[in-house]
Amino acid sequence: MGLTNEHVQQRLQEKFGETLTDFQEPYGFLTFTAPKELNLKVLHFLYDDAELRFQFLTDLTAVHYPDRTGEELAVVYHVHNLVDNIRLRFKVFINIETPDVFTATNLYASANWMERETYDFYGVNFVGHPDLRRILNVDEMDYFPMRKEYPLEDETRIDKDDEMFGRGGHYDYGNTTDEATGSTVPESEQQKDTYPV
Amino acid sequence: MSLPELHKNHVRLPDGSIEKTTTTLNLGPTHPATHGVFQNILELDGERIVSAEQTVGYIHRAFEKIAERRPLYQITPLTDRLNYCSSPINNMGWHLTCEKLLGVKTPKRVDYLRIIIMELARISDHLICNSVIGVDTGAFTGFLYVMQQRELIYEIYEEVCGSRLTTNIGRIGGFERNFNDIAFRKLEQFLEEYPKVLKEFENLFKRNRIFMERTIGAGPISADRALNYGFTGPNLRAAGVDYDVRVHAPYSSYEDFEFNIPVGKTGDSYDRFLVRNDEMWESLKIIRAAYQKVQEFKGAEAEVFHADVPEYYLPQKKDVYTKMEALIYHFKIIMGEIDMPAGEVYHAVEGGNGELGFYLISDGGRAPFRLHFRRPCFIYYQAYSELTKGAMLSDAIIVMSSLNLIAGEMDG
Repeated sequence: MGLTNEHVQQRLQEKFGETLTDFQEPYGFLTFTAPKELNLKVLHFLYDDAELRFQFLTDLTAVHYPDRTGEELAVVYHVHNLVDNIRLRFKVFINIETPDVFTATNLYASANWMERETYDFYGVNFVGHPDLRRILNVDEMDYFPMRKEYPLEDETRIDKDDEMFGRGGHYDYGNTTDEATGSTVPESEQQKDTYPV
Repeated sequence: MSLPELHKNHVRLPDGSIEKTTTTLNLGPTHPATHGVFQNILELDGERIVSAEQTVGYIHRAFEKIAERRPLYQITPLTDRLNYCSSPINNMGWHLTCEKLLGVKTPKRVDYLRIIIMELARISDHLICNSVIGVDTGAFTGFLYVMQQRELIYEIYEEVCGSRLTTNIGRIGGFERNFNDIAFRKLEQFLEEYPKVLKEFENLFKRNRIFMERTIGAGPISADRALNYGFTGPNLRAAGVDYDVRVHAPYSSYEDFEFNIPVGKTGDSYDRFLVRNDEMWESLKIIRAAYQKVQEFKGAEAEVFHADVPEYYLPQKKDVYTKMEALIYHFKIIMGEIDMPAGEVYHAVEGGNGELGFYLISDGGRAPFRLHFRRPCFIYYQAYSELTKGAMLSDAIIVMSSLNLIAGEMDG
């Protein structure tokens, strides 16, 4: 248990200097942000360094931040040093228009499906991946469903107001009002003046 | 139309197919021997497997997407449906993740009760897995025999939360109600009966010649490859790595208990069986110790079953009708009107199959901004084609059941 978060941070900063930013320790978990060109270099350094030995890839996923213009997608790596029992997490921000990052499959066999899953749901293009196909969704799908612009429910529904649940109104999912009438009451439930004879 | 022409149109073989010496076999998606919806496209040379290609996602239910619109307490039922052989562990893992984010500290008695439930779940999980290996090697008896013990475990769940398979057990901060006397009596009955049953079950398989011949050397993996493939849980320990989340990052007061981590050597199906078997004995030991600790609480302490966090813990119904505060919190919780603190949490528990992780990002809203499940099955199933390469077709079935693949967990 010789390795501490401070030491790992220090080693990373020695190696990569100012390029790694936003070092934090939420809930005792060392986190930072790396530029997208360096994701593989950082992983390699963490893996190969005789002291750091982050040789277990716990998790790989992505997050969509629609508000961060120019770097909407974040690829998140969780790595674990099993010898010293220390974990760390880092993010790589990429533009949603050109979502390219290098693959980690040469380093971790486990990254293969995790990257396929991330591609499947967020459309992150892992450059150099041996077999980048959809994995959980059907092959014919032509969008990336976990991105925030895709609503969870049927877009044509106007009877559900999300104000009460989640972040309704924060993002416009396009299903809170009927554009034709400007009403949140569905047509079937609106009061009719005339009744069919 | 002349006959040769008709034949030409009717059967279209790809070019060069006449020289093809291997056979393609679709194992699944619904095959009686695969216990779940799995498809494997096997390329066979005689009875030897040349290559295997897995298809997953048949029961994908988009839980991560659904979770982005739900308040925390409504996500618990989603976690039930990951590894449904041990849903209480998933539920507890999720509560612990929420508690970490919200900064809720649970009382010791709650921790111990949780450990009892989690270890019962681990036993029921391993029991199914190990007895199913028996079924796949041709021994049905063991499977039916241990079912009565699983039934008893399910009855204990039933007393605590009212349901059996998809349990939705516990709440953020503790349990929905205190354990009643029947639950404790059934637990005692289980502690009394189960060791004998497990011993008999063990005798049936452990040194059984047929079983050993079938499982030894089936789907072995080295520690190095297992780590590279992201193995966790019993499958990793069978390969000789003593990584257990309960010890490496203790949660829910696991640090108060003494237990061993069984490890294997070769990582083959037999070692996986043995590791699971030994883990059941260890779980039993933990349950005994935890039950003893629970009994040591006296007076008012013995009635504690949740933390005092009115913002997140649903009040008692009788208080809702009589007290203003309780009514307000009841309304706010049910309507999902409680904002949670912004932050990012990763929390892992030792699930039935390995490290079950929850990566939760909150932006301060009422539902998670992003929730990701680290599902151990999904990650280690990748190794299947490597494990079965060169093996016999019948080994492919055993490797699959000894990995304890649960379709619900794999597809998320």
